[in-house]
Amino acid sequence: MSVIRSFIFSLISALLIAAATSALAASSEADFKAAYAAAEAANKEAGTLRNQWTVTAAAMAAAKKAAESGDFEKAVAQSKEAEALAKASIFQATDEKEAWKALEIK
Amino acid sequence: MNVRSAMHFALGLVALAALALGGVPPAVAADTPDPVADAKAFRKFFTEKFPKVKLEDFVNGPYSMNEDMHRQWEEKEQFPPYEFSLDMGKEMFSKPFKNGKSYADCFPNQGIGIRQNYPYFDEKEGKVITLELALNRCREANGEPPFSYVKDEMAALTAYMAFTSRGKPFDIKIPNDPRALEAYQNGKRYFYTRRGQLNFSCATCHVQSPGERIRAEVLAPALGILNAMPIYRSEWSGMGTISRRFTTCNSQIRGVPLSPQDDEYRDLEYYLSYVSNGLPISGPGARP
Repeated sequence: MSVIRSFIFSLISALLIAAATSALAASSEADFKAAYAAAEAANKEAGTLRNQWTVTAAAMAAAKKAAESGDFEKAVAQSKEAEALAKASIFQATDEKEAWKALEIK
Repeated sequence: MNVRSAMHFALGLVALAALALGGVPPAVAADTPDPVADAKAFRKFFTEKFPKVKLEDFVNGPYSMNEDMHRQWEEKEQFPPYEFSLDMGKEMFSKPFKNGKSYADCFPNQGIGIRQNYPYFDEKEGKVITLELALNRCREANGEPPFSYVKDEMAALTAYMAFTSRGKPFDIKIPNDPRALEAYQNGKRYFYTRRGQLNFSCATCHVQSPGERIRAEVLAPALGILNAMPIYRSEWSGMGTISRRFTTCNSQIRGVPLSPQDDEYRDLEYYLSYVSNGLPISGPGARP
């Protein structure tokens, strides 16, 4: 059961990230700001659930660095990846509110 | 049987059925925390999984899981790597604060041989108090700055206090206070909850896979896992507190660690210590 759950979880994470990083057109600073703000909001929500991921913070830092060097395409891609990761961490925290019981020693 | 008796009999049956079916809903009963049953099941799980390991040996973590490692550990104990920390802790513990008082003034029995009673639930505050937290509160109450929960000074102090309790069984109490039970249950939930990008819970490593390797490390069983704290870890080239262990575990699974001594970690320590009640304190310990 937990193997299936882990598989579904991994699949959802992969799909979210794939969707986030595909179909990128030329990006502007405004695109970056919007994408970064969305990532920030999702990560903040993960924080209220006490379940932020280190990789989300790393993707956000990479997005900022890319934007500072003027590479807005990369900055948008990294921001979208950060948002997807943050959403996956929210999904995990929400799912685990009940799912943790399946692991309990009884 | 007359009509009146038959009616009484029928009503009695209905009342019995109502009691049986309409009492506490089974789902609620199943969710009610039962620490005594939990601890019993916890111990049973590990002793059945590792029938050759003596109960008191579980406190030796990975060394209890592997005969070769156990021999290495016995040799290591001849010149234990935590000895410098222990000496430092003893010196720090006995040195008075600037106001003339000392750690001994903050603890029962002058702080000697009491490690097995921590963490405890403080009914006044309504929260779990760990030994690390109590030490820093003692410092602050005496005008001293608190130590970092993850660095050498705190490890040294707790190493000395653990040493004075060696061999004493963990004796964690859950008072008759719904908040204490809630703290225990929160700790249990934290232990089993998957987190981080790797989607691991504490139980993934320390319940599902003790004795297995994760990269070069042999995973320790959760039973007795805190009895040896603080530990000298060769991987860290230094000492680590319980706070350091918890926060490092979280970051290793790519989760952002909480702040040391946040409620979640205090409750986790409460749960893990409680389910190891009866196992001897063996800290400070050494780990690969």
